[in-house]
Amino acid sequence: MKIIVCVKQVPDTNEVRIDPEKGTLIRDGVPSILNHDDANALEEVLRIKDQYPDTHVTVLTMGPPQAKEMLTDCLAMGADEAILLSDRALGGSDTWATSNALAAGIKRIGDYDLIFAGRQAIDGDTAQVGPQIAEKLELPQVTYVKEFQLNDREVTVKRALENGYELIKLQLPCLLTAIKELNKPRYMSVPGIYKACTQEITVWNAEDIKVDLSTVGLKASPTNVYRSFTPAPKGKGITVEGETAKEMVSNLVGSLREKHII
Amino acid sequence: MNSEYKDIWVFTEQRNGKLMNVALELLGEGYRLSREIGDSKVCAVLVGNKVDTLVNELYAYGADKVYLIQDELLQNYTTDGYTKVITDAIREYKPEIVLFGATHIGRDLAPRIAARLDTGLTADCTRLDVKVSNYIDYLDKYTTSNTANLDRNSEDKNLKQTRPAFGGNLMATIICPNNRPQMSTVRPGVMQKREKNTCATGELVTVAHKLSKDDIYITVVEQVNEVKELVSLTDAKIICSGGRGLGDASGFELIKKLADKVGGVVGASRAAVDSGWIDQSHQVGQTGTTVKPNIYFACGISGAIQHLAGMQTSDIIIAINKDPEAPIFEVADYALIGDLHKIIPEIIAQWDEN
Ligand SMILES: Cc1cc2nc3c(=O)[nH]c(=O)nc-3n(C[C@H](O)[C@H](O)[C@H](O)COP(=O)(O)OP(=O)(O)OC[C@H]3O[C@@H](n4cnc5c(N)ncnc54)[C@H](O)[C@@H]3O)c2cc1C
Ligand SMILES: Cc1cc2nc3c(=O)[nH]c(=O)nc-3n(C[C@H](O)[C@H](O)[C@H](O)COP(=O)(O)OP(=O)(O)OC[C@H]3O[C@@H](n4cnc5c(N)ncnc54)[C@H](O)[C@@H]3O)c2cc1C
Repeated sequence: MKIIVCVKQVPDTNEVRIDPEKGTLIRDGVPSILNHDDANALEEVLRIKDQYPDTHVTVLTMGPPQAKEMLTDCLAMGADEAILLSDRALGGSDTWATSNALAAGIKRIGDYDLIFAGRQAIDGDTAQVGPQIAEKLELPQVTYVKEFQLNDREVTVKRALENGYELIKLQLPCLLTAIKELNKPRYMSVPGIYKACTQEITVWNAEDIKVDLSTVGLKASPTNVYRSFTPAPKGKGITVEGETAKEMVSNLVGSLREKHII
Repeated sequence: MNSEYKDIWVFTEQRNGKLMNVALELLGEGYRLSREIGDSKVCAVLVGNKVDTLVNELYAYGADKVYLIQDELLQNYTTDGYTKVITDAIREYKPEIVLFGATHIGRDLAPRIAARLDTGLTADCTRLDVKVSNYIDYLDKYTTSNTANLDRNSEDKNLKQTRPAFGGNLMATIICPNNRPQMSTVRPGVMQKREKNTCATGELVTVAHKLSKDDIYITVVEQVNEVKELVSLTDAKIICSGGRGLGDASGFELIKKLADKVGGVVGASRAAVDSGWIDQSHQVGQTGTTVKPNIYFACGISGAIQHLAGMQTSDIIIAINKDPEAPIFEVADYALIGDLHKIIPEIIAQWDEN
């Protein structure tokens, strides 16, 4: 069985700082990590491999050359092969263009039974790339997967809804997107790290994947960032005075009544 | 090419024959935008099996027109079935804008449709504008963005779709200038429903479709509602939220008493949820529910950006925290600096007093 996992390198958004003047990201010194949901996607696939050792797991990313570090981490977790799509022509892609490039990369890989992605990347936060790859490859999809089972060629999953779940069956090949409830990702193993350090990462450019250049990159993207900025803090209100809790609350309730809020 | 495209469509999601709240919110927003554009209608797209009973409700919440797509094969939501019938309808009727609620279903469906139509899609919007002047007013009031280079009288009628990214640290306005329709998913709980008008009527268009069994590749075996204590944070007028500052799970008993007294619903920070003190369905914030009550009590909540992202547009924010430097005080209308275990019982005692 051949499985492809789409993984994205993202800045740790807990550490992100914004330049309030320009409304842009200050990336300097911000650590890059494997996107959380993608770690869940990879974990689920590695569990299939634990069960069926002849499974071949390829991790695929589109990004700048630095994304190799994250791919090495994926190899150290247990992936068999890593591929980086990297080309200036792919830069600035929106989700439509990103999925065109990734679908072209997957077509170049050619042979696959299952594609797993994360539901959502913590930087762009759109959750659109998974379904859009599925559309480009004409594959059935299930998003928000929180439980997964494979029985021969039949996949049974639980798809999370806001107030419960749906139990869904479908056949391979298909594309699934993982959420954090699916599993707990494993750590890299020491032999895994050792193996990964010496392992070659395949790098493909736009020509290698034969992607139509009018469907990728900033210019081809249907959406543009018109402006970016930071939300202004809502004006500070009043500090309620009072020596004791009782006095403070009396002043609060008084003011709320006066303003007819209660 | 763009002028062929007209009207605003709202995917009015229903589950088991009941309209989702966000569908009604989007009709309200679509109504507002269509009047901003002028010569434009707000249209509901209603998909399902035997759902025509919902049409009047859609008119009542502002729909000028309803496109009804019904079939037995559309009984359950499937990506394949819904994508096909909605994409075909968009190709035929050419709406200028299509809005979806950013629910688990909306976020599964909208990207698939946008990809099939080769158009852009903006995710999880919290604000939409057509007129540049309204957009400038918004930026001036709520953001740090410098608007000097924008022209109030501009003819630009592209949909300006504003959304949080990078975990709420950054806001971006996205446009889709050269492709139609312009598509967005919109976060539930953010837009305003219209007042229900049961006398309103509109135009019904029954859409013929070509869906067959062979188009659907997945089988929905069952749909399970996990029984959870029902919390409707989105509709609540008053919310009493507790955070890690409560100290332990028993702190939520105090919050519950406060909520009962003031007629509110219990909310929580993620730290409180992660500590296992309360169910995730109570979580307010970027990865929880976005709320906009008349009064929001934040008790023992520090005010992390991800929490603020879900509650800072509340009308009145009352924050109780023992740390005078807590960031929650930056957005609070009323700051009570002190121990919540002393202050909350006082509020309960004094709320109804004269
Ligand atoms: C502030 C800001 C706002 C934006 N808003 C929009 C918008 O509203 N609409 C839009 O179309 N574009 C938008 N973009 C562009 C978008 O972020 C990029 O296209 C990005 O490359 C992919 O989107 P995402 O990060 O949201 O991924 P998601 O769609 O959230 O990712 C889902 C999954 O797809 C896979 N995946 C995503 N990217 C890659 C990759 N490069 N390599 C391998 N796998 C991947 C991963 O498995 C991931 O978990 C925005 C960009 C910025 C900076
Ligand atoms: C991707 C991402 C998404 C997230 N999404 C969300 C989200 O949706 N919602 C959310 O809430 N968080 C979210 N978070 C987490 C967020 O960053 C914070 O960690 C969280 O909000 C902190 O919760 P808290 O304020 O309860 O706890 P803390 O930050 O620990 O604050 C506790 C506060 O209680 C005060 N306090 C302590 N004792 C008392 C007392 N006796 N009386 C009065 N005050 C007292 C303290 O001074 C302190 O300010 C997210 C984080 C990430 C990375």
